[in-house]
Amino acid sequence: MKRFLGFVKKEFIHIFRDYLTMIILFGIPALLTLLFGFVITNELKDVKVAFLDLSRDEITQQLTDKISSSGFFIRSSDLNSYAEIDQVLRSNNAKAVIVFSEDFGRKLIREGKATINIITDGSEPNMATQTTSFISAIAADFNKELAGTTMSGNLLVQPEVRMIYNPTLKSQHMFVPGLITMIMILICALMTSITLTREKEFGTMEVLLVSPLKPIQIIMGKVVPYFFLSLIDALLIILLSWGVFGLAVKGSLLLLLLEVMLYIMMSLSLGILISSVAKTMQQAIFITLVGGMLPTVLLSGFIFPIESMPKVYGWISAVMPPRYFIIIIKNIMIKGTGFLFVWKETLILLFFTLLFIGLSIKKFKVRLQ
Amino acid sequence: MRTILYLIRKEFLQIFRDKFIGKAIFAIPIVQMLILVPAVTFEIRHVRMCIIDLDRSVESGALVAQLEGSSFFRVTQATFSEKEAQEWMHRGQCDLILQIPSDFGKNVGNGVPTRLMVSANAINASHAQLSWAYVNGIIRDFNLNLLAGKAGNLSSVSPPKIEITQRYWYNETLNYKYYMLPGVLGILVTAIAFVLAGLNLVKEKESGTIEQINVTPVKKYQFMTAKIVPFLLIGLVDLALGIVIGRLVFGIPFVGSATLLFFVSFIFMIAALGLALFISTFTQTQQQFMFAGFFFMIIFMLMSGIFTPLESMPEWARNINLLNPVAYIMRINRMVMLKGSTLSDISGDIYALTAIAVVATLLAVWKYRKTA
Repeated sequence: MKRFLGFVKKEFIHIFRDYLTMIILFGIPALLTLLFGFVITNELKDVKVAFLDLSRDEITQQLTDKISSSGFFIRSSDLNSYAEIDQVLRSNNAKAVIVFSEDFGRKLIREGKATINIITDGSEPNMATQTTSFISAIAADFNKELAGTTMSGNLLVQPEVRMIYNPTLKSQHMFVPGLITMIMILICALMTSITLTREKEFGTMEVLLVSPLKPIQIIMGKVVPYFFLSLIDALLIILLSWGVFGLAVKGSLLLLLLEVMLYIMMSLSLGILISSVAKTMQQAIFITLVGGMLPTVLLSGFIFPIESMPKVYGWISAVMPPRYFIIIIKNIMIKGTGFLFVWKETLILLFFTLLFIGLSIKKFKVRLQ
Repeated sequence: MRTILYLIRKEFLQIFRDKFIGKAIFAIPIVQMLILVPAVTFEIRHVRMCIIDLDRSVESGALVAQLEGSSFFRVTQATFSEKEAQEWMHRGQCDLILQIPSDFGKNVGNGVPTRLMVSANAINASHAQLSWAYVNGIIRDFNLNLLAGKAGNLSSVSPPKIEITQRYWYNETLNYKYYMLPGVLGILVTAIAFVLAGLNLVKEKESGTIEQINVTPVKKYQFMTAKIVPFLLIGLVDLALGIVIGRLVFGIPFVGSATLLFFVSFIFMIAALGLALFISTFTQTQQQFMFAGFFFMIIFMLMSGIFTPLESMPEWARNINLLNPVAYIMRINRMVMLKGSTLSDISGDIYALTAIAVVATLLAVWKYRKTA
C-alpha cells in the first residue's frame, strides 16, 4: 500500500509539474460551459428574409412590417423580380424569400383569399421549416386581426400549455447536461489513454513493469489522480451552470456526485482500454479525438434527440455510454428525480465500466515486445 | 525546392509507416460518414402522448382520433389519473400530456367555450415548442370542423383568409442528409489534418528529432511547408472520398463547381494546418498539444454552425466566428455543394479565409525557432 501511495504521489507530481496541461484541464471545461451555454441554441432569431412584393399595397406593407418587427426576422433586401430570388438565396444574403403575388390586397378584400408564397433555403432544413411555420403563424395572426372580433368568440376549444421542467424554455436545460457528459468522457478517456501509452512509447513502462509494483497497481496509480481532477472538473461545471445559467440541481446533490463518480470511472476505464489497444500516443489521440468526438456529440442525444433518429440508431446509440449518463444527469438535475428513476441507467454504466476493465486486463501485456 | 520534396517524401513515409494511422486516415471518415450522416434529423415524429380523457364523449373521441391520425403523435398511454400521467412523464415514457375535462363534450355541444390542458416536457425547449405548435394546429383544425358542422344554418360569409404556400429550394424534400453531409465532412477533414499535423511536429520535439533537423541547412519555411503539404493532400483526398460517398450512397447532389470547392478547401486546409502548427510550436509535449487542440477543435466545431444556425448565436459569438475557419468552410461547403454558389457569391468568405491562412502560417513559421 505504501508503495502504491508513493506511486500515486509521483503521478500527481507529474501532472502538477505541467502547468500548461493544468491550465487547460480546468480552463477547458469552464470556458466551454460558458461559451456553449450562450452559443448553442436552436432558437430562431435574426433570420435574414427578402421580400418580393409584386403588389405593393397597404396590406402587403402591413404584413411586411409585421414580419420584420417580429424579432425573428430581419428584412435584408427587397427584390423586384422572380429572377433575383436565386441570386439572393445562393449568396446567403437571405434564408427565405416572401412573395406577395400581384393584386394581393385587392384579391384578399374582393375574393376573400390571397396567397403568400414562402421560398426557403432548404440546405438548412431545420431553419427552413421553422421559418415557414413562424411566418404562417404571423399570417394567421394577421388574419385574425382582419376578421375582427367576430371570429375569436367562435373558437370553442381553447388549448392551454404548461411547459414542464423548463417553464421559461431555456435552451441551457438541454445543452448543459450534454456538455458535462461530453467533456467528461473525452477528457477522461484522453488523459488516461495518453498517460499510459506515453510510458509505453518512451519505454518507461518496462521500468515500471520490472519494479515490484503489480500491473494493477501501476494502472490504478495512473488513474487515481485523474479521478480526482475530473471530479473537480465536474463540480466546476455544475457550479458554473448553477451560478451563470441558474440551473440548480433539483434532485439530491449526493446522488448526482455518486453518479458523476461512476461516469468518471467508466470514462477512465475506457481510456485504459484505448491505451491497451493503441501503441503510440498518436494512435491513442487519433482514436479518441478523431474517432470519438463526432459520434459522442451526434449519437448520445446531446443535440439531436435519439427518438427522432431512424430505428437502427437506437441500437447503435445503445452502446454509447454517454447516452445513459445524459438521461441520469437530466433526471437528477432538472427533473429532480431520485435513484428509483435512474437505477437502470446506473446499472448499465456500471456494466460498461466492468466490461472495459475486464477487456483491458485481458489485453494488458506484462511484457512488451 | 528539392529539399522540400525530400522532406515531404520523408513525412509521407513516416505517416504511412504506422499501419494503424495509415488506414485510420481513410477508414475513420468513411465509417463515420456512413453512420453519422443518416442519423440526424430535427424532424419531429412520433411524439409520445399520454391522454387523460375524463369525458369519454363522442367529441373527445373525435379529437383524440384526429391527433392519432397525424404522423407527429402517437398515443402511448391513456389514463384517468393525472398523477399517473405525471409519473409517466417523470420516467420519460411520454413527452406530452393532453387533459380533456369531463364537461368537454357537453360544452362543445352547447357551444360553450371550453379549455384543454396540454403539458409538455420542455427540457428540450425547441422540441417542446414545436410539439405544442403541432397540437395547436390540430386543435385549430378541430375547431374549424366544429364550426363547419354548425355553419350549416348560419350564412356562409367566410372572413378574408391569407393562404400560405411554401417551397424549399435546393432541397425540396427537406432531406436532412443534404444538410449533414457537408457539415460532417468538413469536421472530419479538419479533425484529421489538424490532429495529425500538430501531433507530428510536437512529436519531433518530444522525441528530440527536431534538433537533428535544426542542425541541417533546412530553412524554416521549407520545414513548415513539408509539414503542411502531406496533411493538406490527405485532407483533400478525404474530402473527395466524402463527396463520392455522398453521391453514391446517399444520392446527395453536387450542384456547384467541384474546382471551386477544392480551391476553397485548399485555402481552408492551409489555414487549419497553419493554426495546428502554430499551436504545436508553443506546446512541448503531445499531451499538451492534444489538450490545446481538443480545446480549439471543439470550439471551432460547435461554433461553426454545423448543428445550430449561426443566426441564433449572440452578436459576440458571431464576431468570434470571423476568426473561425471551420465556420467559413461549413458555410461554403453547403453553399457550393447544395446551392451551386459561384465564386462571386462567396468571394467575401474566400478573402477572409485567405487572410486567416496567411496569418496562421506566418505565425507558425515565425514562432518556430531553429534552436532547441
